[in-house]
Formats: sequence, C-alpha cells, structure tokens
Amino acid sequence: MTELADPPKESFRLGMLIYDTRYRSLTIQVVALIGFLVLVGWLINNTANNLATLGKPINFSFLNDTAGYDINQRLLDYNSQSTHWRAAVMGLLNTLLVAFLGCVTATIIGIVVGVLRLSNNWLVARLMTIYVETFRNVPVLLWIVFSMALLIETLPSPRDFRGDDPAASMVLFDSVAITNRGIYIPEPLFSRGFGDIPVFPDRSSEACVAPEPGALLNDSCGLFQISLNLIAILAVTGAGLWGSRRIRRRADRIQAETGDRPTTWYLRLGVALVPLVGLLWALGFHLGLPELKGFNFVGGTHLRNSLIALWFALSLYTASFIAEIVRGGILAISKGQTEAAAALGLRPKRIMNLVILPQALRIIIPPLISQYLNLTKNSSLAIAVGYMDLTGTLMGITLNQSGRELEAVLLGMLIYLGISLSISGVMNWYNNRVKLVER
Amino acid sequence: MKKSVFVGALALAGLSAGVAAAGTLDDVKARGKLNCGTNTGLVGFAAPDANGEWKGFDVAVCRALAAAVLGDAMAVEFVPTTGKTRFTALASGEIDVLARNTTWTFTRDVDLKFDFVGVNYYDGQGFMVPKSLGVSSAKELDGATICIQTGTTTELNLADFFRKNNISYEPVPVETDNEAQQQYLAGACDAYTTDASGLAAVRATFENPQDQILLPEIISKEPLGPLVRHGDNEWGDVVRWTLFALVAAEELGITSANIEELSNGTDNPEINRILGTEGSLGEMLGLDPLWAKRAISAGGNYGELFEKNIGVNTPIGLARGLNAQWTEGGLQYAPPFR
Repeated sequence: MTELADPPKESFRLGMLIYDTRYRSLTIQVVALIGFLVLVGWLINNTANNLATLGKPINFSFLNDTAGYDINQRLLDYNSQSTHWRAAVMGLLNTLLVAFLGCVTATIIGIVVGVLRLSNNWLVARLMTIYVETFRNVPVLLWIVFSMALLIETLPSPRDFRGDDPAASMVLFDSVAITNRGIYIPEPLFSRGFGDIPVFPDRSSEACVAPEPGALLNDSCGLFQISLNLIAILAVTGAGLWGSRRIRRRADRIQAETGDRPTTWYLRLGVALVPLVGLLWALGFHLGLPELKGFNFVGGTHLRNSLIALWFALSLYTASFIAEIVRGGILAISKGQTEAAAALGLRPKRIMNLVILPQALRIIIPPLISQYLNLTKNSSLAIAVGYMDLTGTLMGITLNQSGRELEAVLLGMLIYLGISLSISGVMNWYNNRVKLVER
Repeated sequence: MKKSVFVGALALAGLSAGVAAAGTLDDVKARGKLNCGTNTGLVGFAAPDANGEWKGFDVAVCRALAAAVLGDAMAVEFVPTTGKTRFTALASGEIDVLARNTTWTFTRDVDLKFDFVGVNYYDGQGFMVPKSLGVSSAKELDGATICIQTGTTTELNLADFFRKNNISYEPVPVETDNEAQQQYLAGACDAYTTDASGLAAVRATFENPQDQILLPEIISKEPLGPLVRHGDNEWGDVVRWTLFALVAAEELGITSANIEELSNGTDNPEINRILGTEGSLGEMLGLDPLWAKRAISAGGNYGELFEKNIGVNTPIGLARGLNAQWTEGGLQYAPPFR
C-alpha cells in the first residue's frame, strides 16, 4: 500500500499577485483604483493650490451678494437688488419651464409624426420623412438661431400697430398681438380674488408690511407666493372630475346589472363644469387683454420670442428623434397582432390605439427618457437667443460679474445633474408601470 | 460619466491656473507671438478688415505691445472674446492681455484679480434710438425694450439708471454687437445701450446712420483700458509703459513721421530716454533699448492712432473730448519717463 500524500500546500508568495491568475485581476483593479484616486487627488490639490495662488480660494458666499442685473422673464418676484442666489433660481425656473413645454410638445409631435410616417398615404409618409430627416440632421443650435431670426425679421414690431392705418393689427378679436418681441396673449385676472399667501415670509422686512390692515401684501414678501385662486380652482376642478367619475361608475354598475346604460353625459358635464363656472364668477374672473401703450404692449401675458424660438426649435428637433423611436416601436410589434385585431373586426384607428400603441410603449419609453434628458440639456443653448435660463444667469452673468468661474460652473453642473436624475427617476417609475410583466 | 466630466472640469481649471502663474513676458518671448483678447467685431476699435487683418484702436495697443516685446507688430494672435468670455479667457491664460473696451471697475481690479494698466479711452454709457421714435431723453424710455450686452458693466448701469429714475424697461440680452444690430434694426428693441464710443461705431456701419440719434444722457463713467492678470507685475509694467509711451509720444511731439529723425538724438532728455538713446529704461523692463521706438513706429502715437481709427475724419467720427492730452484740457496723462 502506498500512502497518498496531500499535494504540497502552496504558501502565498508576493509574486503570485502578478503571476497567479486567481489574484491578477484583483491586483490590476487595486492598482488602477489607486492610480485613479491619486490622479483625482492631484487634480483637486493642484486646483486648490492654483486658486489659492491667484487669491481666489473656493467660496460660495458670492451667492448672497446683490446681483445688480435685471432678468426679463421671471416666474417669481425678482429685481436687480435681489441676490445672485435668487437670480440663479429664476434661471433654473426658466430652464424647467422651457424643458417642460419642450418635452410635452416634442412628445405630441413625435408620436403624431411617427405614426403618420407609417401611413399608407404616400404623400403623408414622404412629407413626414422629409420633416424627420431635415430636423434630425441639422444641429439644434442652428434651428434655435434660425427660429429667432425668423421671428425677429418677419413679424411686425409694436410700432407697426400704431397710427390710423396700422401696418399690422391684433388677431382673434383684438385679444392676441403677434410682434417680433413675442406674442402677447390675454391673461386671467380676478377682480374679487383671494390673494396670495407668502411662503417663509420675513415679517421684519419692508415688503411684508401691509400698507393698510386687510390689504394685500407686497409681491416681494416671502420666498415665493402661492395663489389661493389657483388652489381653489384646482380643488373645484378635481372635485368635479371625481364626481363625474362616480356617475360613470354608477352607470357602469347599472349597465352590468340590467343591461341598460342610463344617459349620463349631461349630468357628468354639469357636475364637472357648474361648480367651476360658479367659482370663476364668484372670483370675478375676466381676461386682461394686451393693449399698445407707449413703446410696448401692456397687460396680458408676454411670451417672449426668445422663449418661443427656443421652445419651437427644441420641440421640433427632439420630436424628429421621438418620431423615429415611435416608428421603431410600432414596427417592432409583429404584423400578426394587426391581423388578429383586424380579424376581430377592429377598425384601423382602434387597432393602433388599443392593440399596437400599448405594446409599442414598452419599447418606446426607455429611449424616450434619453430624448427628454437631451432636450433639457440642449435648453442650455438658450443664451444664443438671450433666453435667461440657468446657463444665462448663474453660469453667465453671475459668473462674469463675480469672477467665480469654478464655483458657478460646479453649482450649475450639480443642478443640471439633479434635474436629469429627477427626470430619469420619474420616467423609470413610469416605465416599470407599463412594461411587460414577465414570469 | 458625470464623474469624468467633473474631473475634466477640475483638470481644466487646474491646468489653466497653472499657466497663469508663470512669467507672461518670458512666455510671450518664447512663443514669439502675443495672444491678445479683443472684441468679436466693433468697427474702429477691433474688427478684421476686408483682407482679414485686424484693425482698430484697441488692436493698435496690442500691435504696439507686440512691436515692443517681439519686434514685430504683426506677431499678434487675436482672440475674439465676448463680454462674457473675456475674463475667463484672461484668467485661464488663453490670452496675455485683454484689450477689448473693458471698463476699469473696483471689483474687476480687486475681486476678479486683474490689473488694469491704464485707460486708453475715457467713455460713458449712452443710448441710441431711431429718430422716428420721437424720444429726446433717456428718461422718456419708460416701458421701452432695450438691447444690452450681457456680462458687461453697462448691464448693471442700466438696471441702476432705471431704478434710480423709477421707470421700467424690458431688457433683451445679446451676446455681441452684431446680434444687437440685428434686433435693433428689425425693431425688436426700441433702444440699444452700450459705451457711447461703441454706439458711434455701430451706427457707422448702418446703411442710414442719420436715422439714428444718440440720446444726450451719459449715464456712467466708463474708463476703458487694457488689462492683465493680477500678480504678474513684470508683464503688467511692460503693458502699462507701452501704453504710456504712446501717450507720452503725442505729448512730446514724437510722430511716426519724425521718429527716425528724433531717434538720432535730441536736446530733450525725456524723448531720448523714451527712444532709447539715453538711459536704460528698456533694460529695466526686461526689453531692449529700442522697445518704445518700435511701439510708436507700429502705428503712430496715441493721437495718430485715435485720428486714424475713430477720429472725426473716420466714419465713427468721435471727437477727442476727454481723451485729449492733459495739456489740451483732456485726461490723457502719461507719468514721466525717468
């Protein structure tokens, strides 16, 4: 009998870190990580040192200084005496506004064009192809500048509306003025409104002292203000819709029990509309029409041509990509689905709405998220047309007036990162809801 | 991905700040070329001509500087900058000197860490409106739409002026003079405001300049001058005294016509010191004795440059006004060359 000896136990040697395949990959990763960290550390250290040599150590206190400049489009109260911080918030809100408007418009146009491009009508399909290929293949900056030039050069200036025989006139019963400074549309006004409630008011500041007891507070009181009128309208609308849904449910139940569906449309319409109209009447709702006074139109809501040009160009540009995504999504659904639906007697429009689109959505949504992100980030080209977005305020004028390049750009990057992550968060949540549940 | 962008930004800041710390004079000599930040195009001050050659009053400062340091007035690389990009370009070391009708202010000098070496044009902010608008004073501009270059002192002055007079306006921010012209001529803004000299320059490029008027109000002091990075005093001295050499040359009667004759020696010791036949001023600056002679020969003295580029006989048509020599009742005053 021979004794079987255990294989000799190999003791760990340093060389094995390189020559033994069991450890080699780990070694490489550790070395790469150390190298990367050293590089990052050196860059940060070098930057800090150089900034210190220049006498400009990283410091964010400039955000509390007076901004000193005016912003034309401001969604909250702002004047040249506000802080850089508040100017940055105005810019952020403008960015969010154009991104939101752009995403909604781009989605609608994109879906319509994507579906029409698959149309059996030769002319429609070709026209949509031309649209997609023109917009997709020209840089978006050119579209933005071109839209702006188009608005400025082709539309009449407010001066042309003046005089006995004006060269231009207002449209839609003298309620909308289309000028090369933007479009003035009627604004909703309330003669017996509830007023606003300030959020985080600073009671000691001058703005928060009411001129007389019971009078409305100054616009600039508090961080921002919430319109009670808006809340009331939203609440009543919501309640109306809820009531209308209850009636529909009841009709469904009766239909299920008896087979007869009661006529409810007038009831549902009444429940939804009557309280709303009543509330609007009680608030003294009326439209404020724009009118030419002095140099410009006064009153109404002013959609500046910088906003319109940016919104228009971003939407059409992104819509051309979304159209392709939608087309791809629809083409990915097998033809058998269409044929099966047709065999059941569904009409083409219903096949699209009930069978194809719901399935195509699962394929469409993930790439759609990237398009939303692209649109939001492309909105930073706003400065080309003088739209005061985050890039124009914080990373533009504030950076320039304060000389704090690194701080302003870092802060700007963080904010864009935050916006982008929020958009993908929301869209991923939606995607999880509509995606195919697999077992 | 996001992280790499962040690191990239840091790297950029780190590297560029590294450039800024070195001696600019040696850098320029080693490079054989002066990097001069200038306007993207403002006729009379800095604009390329039909042959693509940069011409103008600010450009002339850079040409004189290149002649003094490198011996060749054409050894200049012009970097067009906007009101917004100019300071970053200078701070990062992309340009050696910024000569772009830039206003000398406290914060720019102290907080932004630059050094203004002098004033080559004393200006003030004005307004231009079409004659047909029927406006005769800036205070009548209540509610007007006004085109304004972003990132400038004029933007802040405008806000202050309207706040002080308790009237409102709608600002339309633009990046360059060209964009402003487009909007202004199409009537998208009622008025254009910038330095009065800039308005005159812009108006000179219009088809019908007589249809535009400059309003009488000058709402600010705008001393415009070249600037360099703070902390590099040797380079700052070179730029400062090159500018002063041009101003002093006019005062002392040194012109491009008589400079050769004068450099053979005169009985005025200050002229001799400037032209390098007496003393060792050039050596003190780290240059050769003939530096100032070359600077003046490059385009002429301060007065000649003024008349040639923006004076009354040019389309810009600016009078000397505050920019006359102190001996003529103006503000241009060079310290003694001694």
